[in-house]
Amino acid sequence: MRRIGPIVVEPRPAASRLASVLARLAAIALALGLGALILEAGGYSARDSYRTMWDAAFANRDALAETLVAATPLIFTGLAVAFAARMLLWNIGAEGQLFLGAAAASWLAFSFPDAPRGLLLPAMVVAGAMGGAAWAAGPGVLRATLGVSEIVTTLMLNFVAILLVDYLVHGPWRDPDSSGFPLSKPFSPSAILPSFGDTRLHAGFLIALGAAVVVWALLRSTRFGYEVRVIGESQPAARYAGMPLRRNIVVVMLVSGGLAGIAGMSEVSGIVFRIQPDISAGFGYTGIIVATLGRFSAPGVVVAAVLFGALQVGGYALQTTEVPPSIVQVLQGAILFIAVGAEMLARYRVRWRPRREPAAVAEETT
Amino acid sequence: MSGTPLVELRGIVKRFPGLVANDGVDLELQAGEVHALLGENGAGKTTLMNVLTGLYRPDEGEILVDGRPVSFRAPRHAIESGIGMVHQHFRLVESLTVAENVLLGWHTPRVWLGRKAGIRQVAELAERYRMQVHPEARVWQLSVGEQQRVEILKALYRGARVLILDEPSAVLTPQEADTLFEAVREMAVRGEAVVVITHKLDEVQAVADRITVLRRGRNVGVATRGELDSRALALLMVGRDVSLETAPAPVEQGEVTLRVQGASARSDRGLPALADVSFDVRAGQVFGIAGVAGNGQRELAEIVTGLRPLDAGVVEVAGQPLRGASARAAIDAGVAHIPEDRLGSGLVAGLSTTDNAILKAYRRPPVGRGPLVDRRAARALAERFLAAFEVSAVSPDAPVRLMSGGNLQRLLLARETAERPKVIVAVHPTRGLDVGGTETVRRVLREQQEAGAAILLISEDLDEVLALSDPVGVLHDGRLAGIVPRDRCDVEELGLLMGGATP
Repeated sequence: MRRIGPIVVEPRPAASRLASVLARLAAIALALGLGALILEAGGYSARDSYRTMWDAAFANRDALAETLVAATPLIFTGLAVAFAARMLLWNIGAEGQLFLGAAAASWLAFSFPDAPRGLLLPAMVVAGAMGGAAWAAGPGVLRATLGVSEIVTTLMLNFVAILLVDYLVHGPWRDPDSSGFPLSKPFSPSAILPSFGDTRLHAGFLIALGAAVVVWALLRSTRFGYEVRVIGESQPAARYAGMPLRRNIVVVMLVSGGLAGIAGMSEVSGIVFRIQPDISAGFGYTGIIVATLGRFSAPGVVVAAVLFGALQVGGYALQTTEVPPSIVQVLQGAILFIAVGAEMLARYRVRWRPRREPAAVAEETT
Repeated sequence: MSGTPLVELRGIVKRFPGLVANDGVDLELQAGEVHALLGENGAGKTTLMNVLTGLYRPDEGEILVDGRPVSFRAPRHAIESGIGMVHQHFRLVESLTVAENVLLGWHTPRVWLGRKAGIRQVAELAERYRMQVHPEARVWQLSVGEQQRVEILKALYRGARVLILDEPSAVLTPQEADTLFEAVREMAVRGEAVVVITHKLDEVQAVADRITVLRRGRNVGVATRGELDSRALALLMVGRDVSLETAPAPVEQGEVTLRVQGASARSDRGLPALADVSFDVRAGQVFGIAGVAGNGQRELAEIVTGLRPLDAGVVEVAGQPLRGASARAAIDAGVAHIPEDRLGSGLVAGLSTTDNAILKAYRRPPVGRGPLVDRRAARALAERFLAAFEVSAVSPDAPVRLMSGGNLQRLLLARETAERPKVIVAVHPTRGLDVGGTETVRRVLREQQEAGAAILLISEDLDEVLALSDPVGVLHDGRLAGIVPRDRCDVEELGLLMGGATP
């Protein structure tokens, strides 16, 4: 129980499914309401703005495709964060792992430009996963052997990874025809993921869905996934059952890094068709929010990533109207803030219980 | 007894989702009485006391203090009305002194504690109630019995006229318990009302002036001292006749199945916790370890179950030494473990009954198939456990944290005995269980004994050790102070050994 003035916050006695669904619906309504206030305060029509965002994100086939394009990397990074979190490991390094995955996949694309597509693309997926996994391996091993916080190590390695890609595109991989821009040369056609019709939606989305299914099945139906769930819930119980804690920490970090690495592959091969410093709009960090909103479950991550993608696409569309980008960002921030807050409301209840004696210290209760 | 009761609870109803914990309970406490609140686990004793101490607000009914209705909206209000509680798990700051703990958080000036005056006050209070404890000692240096005294002093310092003790003797040696009950009598003589929550019948008979018995959230009887014998009380409490004491009938014994030879180990803090402990347990034998918590029991259980490395010595199961500290090796060697903290390590609170049922079996067919877990086989196993041990679970998919203590222990027993273990390490297996739950545990252990398991029973409950084991060893300060055959056991002598006296 926590007390803030007369307000008491306490866990709900029994986690109720209905309450958690209602809390989320209420959060969306509240977030949209707050967003409307912000828009109206700025002198813009909330109704028109929401209409614009909705149309851009869902109204037709192209809009939906754009939403899914935006969701694709977030599914991967969200899964990466969520999977590690199931064992109470916090992978803040999905961003760096994404860059490493992109670099590894690009290296393969540049090395074997004429390899058949059916061979090169799967190999690039594997390379992306291995690149990301390699980047997460160090933090995993350090955590397992010396107890070094993976939060710090994974975070710090992000900067190293981004600078490494910077170096590659400024140096060895720079396109001589880029007239000074830090870009690699474009991928050969066989290194490019097929897309759906004339939309930008590419096969990376299917790989992401596949990854979600794999993560879901891994946790649900394998011995390894079972161990992850037990360790995440109770380390003493895992030790009691003779589960190898250290090995599982390393393996979970490898899988998590691998998932983030495929995000990098999917972006360079499905969207950018080359490697350059701006392949990620903070997807690794956004993945943390996506994982949280998705309650660290694979299906939850997919839903959260799509909603997030829609919010982004809608936001871009709104910026093309007279609404300034800063208002759009405030709007996005408010919606996310409330959505994450609603997570808490689903698990805790807030009650108004003023104290009789203001200076009193509330007795700690269990 | 007559006059206005100090405290009166009338028709208290407290509902939780899917459960009525208190259903119209009445309780009357007179000044100067020791009142036992007797009931099985889940009878609603703790809920009732939480209502009285302001932790819960009753859905119906009223609380009267000195004949006036009151409404407690926070524990503080109850304390101000003179109601204090000593919980089973102490709430003390270990690094602070006794006096500081007593003064902490109660009418203390913001900046300056007034050490001298505080120490004097605490010393006086301890003197008045004959509860020996040094006010300047640091809490972590104290024995459990002394810590309990600090908790009682804390409540008295806050002006408690009604003192509630939750299972106070659960953590004490027999001698310490005697001292406690003398102090309890002293408090009553001085006009306090003392409530003792318990399910130990002999304690009730020894200390209580009046007894209120709860069953399934209702009053089932109020008796004065001597009105009912233990058997009658037990009957009231459980609503059926129970066999109180079963002296262990001999079971045919086989080969030495568990051998601990010259074992030494360290505690988590790296201090020596076990020194040169040796004993054998044969198939069909229950070796009981008595002793007060913190004398190496935990470490002993952990070396046998592979959870703690040995500094010296060897643990052998069926003639094979356990290699290294590997819980996996112990499990594979056929060592079952009923741990002290059921919900902390024996079971995973947040996972379902099904997931908990396969905690040991998930590596082997039929549940573990190569790298996969067969969900249907897992569920079948869980359902078999639920049926065979009459565990009432909400659903095999619901997290086990929603289960009661008795059901948790039955689930744990079902899982640990499912594979005909060679060795069973049972640590406080009936702690916190009601009479029915205790009976089940004892019956299951007995069945396993007859089936040829070697059982190492570690318990603070001396009665339990004596009821089940032959022989009995006493652990004190990491050493096995004596191994006594059951028929030569003497409670007084064992109590002395537990307290560290040499025989």
